[in-house]
Amino acid sequence: MTQRKLGRGVAVVGAGMSQFGAFPQKATRDLFVEAFREMRGSVDKGLDPRDIEALFIGNYSSDLFEHQGHTAPIMADWVGLTPRPAVRVEDACASSGVALRQGIMAVASGLHDVVLVGGIEKMSNLPTAEVTDTLATAGDVLYEIPAGFTFPGFYGAIASAYMARYGATPEALMRVGIKNHENGALNSKAQFNVSIGGIMQARRASAAKKGRPVPQWSDEMTFMKDDVYNPMIAWPLRLFDCSPITDGAAALLLVSEDLASSFSNMPIAIVGAGQASDRALPDRTELTSIGAARNASQQAYQMAGVTPQDVKIAEVHDCFTIAEIVATEDLGFFEPGQGFVAAEEGLTARNGLRPVNTSGGLKSKGHPVGASGAAQVIEVWKQMRGEAGARQVDRDVDVALTHNVGGTGQTCVVHIYERR
Amino acid sequence: MATESFTYADFTGWLAEHKLMGARCQSCGALYAEARPMCPDCFSDDMAWEQLSGHGKLAAFTTVYIAPTAMIEAGYGRENPYVTGIVALDEGPSISGQVVGVDVKDARQVAVGMPLQATFLTRGEGDAQRTFLAFEPAD
Repeated sequence: MTQRKLGRGVAVVGAGMSQFGAFPQKATRDLFVEAFREMRGSVDKGLDPRDIEALFIGNYSSDLFEHQGHTAPIMADWVGLTPRPAVRVEDACASSGVALRQGIMAVASGLHDVVLVGGIEKMSNLPTAEVTDTLATAGDVLYEIPAGFTFPGFYGAIASAYMARYGATPEALMRVGIKNHENGALNSKAQFNVSIGGIMQARRASAAKKGRPVPQWSDEMTFMKDDVYNPMIAWPLRLFDCSPITDGAAALLLVSEDLASSFSNMPIAIVGAGQASDRALPDRTELTSIGAARNASQQAYQMAGVTPQDVKIAEVHDCFTIAEIVATEDLGFFEPGQGFVAAEEGLTARNGLRPVNTSGGLKSKGHPVGASGAAQVIEVWKQMRGEAGARQVDRDVDVALTHNVGGTGQTCVVHIYERR
Repeated sequence: MATESFTYADFTGWLAEHKLMGARCQSCGALYAEARPMCPDCFSDDMAWEQLSGHGKLAAFTTVYIAPTAMIEAGYGRENPYVTGIVALDEGPSISGQVVGVDVKDARQVAVGMPLQATFLTRGEGDAQRTFLAFEPAD
């Protein structure tokens, strides 16, 4: 592989997100303003929005979710940035990870010095079946969807192949969900700002209030195996193996590295970037790994000159619990077939060997699909700057990584960050 | 020069005749279980249709309880889940298809590696009638 370098250094000097959740009263643009406002407040030395030269906005499908196309100029307008060029970037759930890459390239090329990268999605307007249909358009509508595949179905199939090959059980998947909710319970921006234990308490209270038998679970795993309270969605994936339907937005400010110190006391440099595409799921040689993730991460590691062992924390694309396990293998944190063991042993816990998804991940924080890639960067930004509050990890985070997947892995984009 | 058409409409036309047809590259020999007008392995335009046996093994599967609209219209859902999967065909390529003829409530009936054979499902009426590729346990 030819080693690629950026034309010049690029740094993140601001990062913000809206609340994630279901907000019937808010449109996408309202969520984007929230994210922009928080991003602006995070710039240590202040930001005059007039310094922003261009916008790159990740958005999967406002067309179907909100019947609104052409979203980028609307976002530019709502934060006062017309007539600057505004570009919408779509690569399914990797849309804003890829928008970040476009922003990086725009700055690295010298075309722009200061750009805004955003991610937006408002999913909760539609009933569940239509959300399912909309997400399914990120698969192959000719050759996969007529078979009855849904997104939970695709990842359920990946899980079936993984379990058959490595002997993993659904309990390993449940461990990922429990761990990510523990982290999300410490993230006030999370859609599910609550641990599985907290959800159990709420369910018991609700049953008691309605005069129904109060369920007694001996522990979190017993709850996770309860067919009524954690119903099957697409075997072996249950409700708490799946990321939720979320409304949310994220905003990042990128500048050329030579300007970074005029915006920030602690800029985060982007030192590695990789992206790859792949065929649809049936046409791949492996179903237990995402080739695009291996490819994109190799590019990013090479560019950054770091190894998986150097990465202190990672935000990975846990749209489903199995996806996190596979990601930790594809990124080189664990050997193929060992990711589920690592999850069971707690190695990916917040203060484990390799903390993964300290934000709560897509599972607990929420997954507004086009916003998730940019929102991952916000956790990296906070952890690297020591601003993650109760969920701050117990070690210095000098190197971090984000891994954002589109569809079943037909797109993957990976970035590596260093604190300067 | 491509002399024949290799479109999805052709592929579904074959399905309507209860034939699973693949496209084989006449230059490098790669075989696809899809209608492909050019070979993505060697860039050749010299493709030819080839009938596939429809026999293969289940490579990955799931049982879907939260169904998309099209499957809800076909009668599926929480109370009537269905199995779908990826089948590695004996000829090499893999393809997606619903797995029928199994008791979806009995997990032991479906397993990665089980031998399957193609079957064809017809749904819809009149102009909306379509034939879908599916698989059932091999005889």
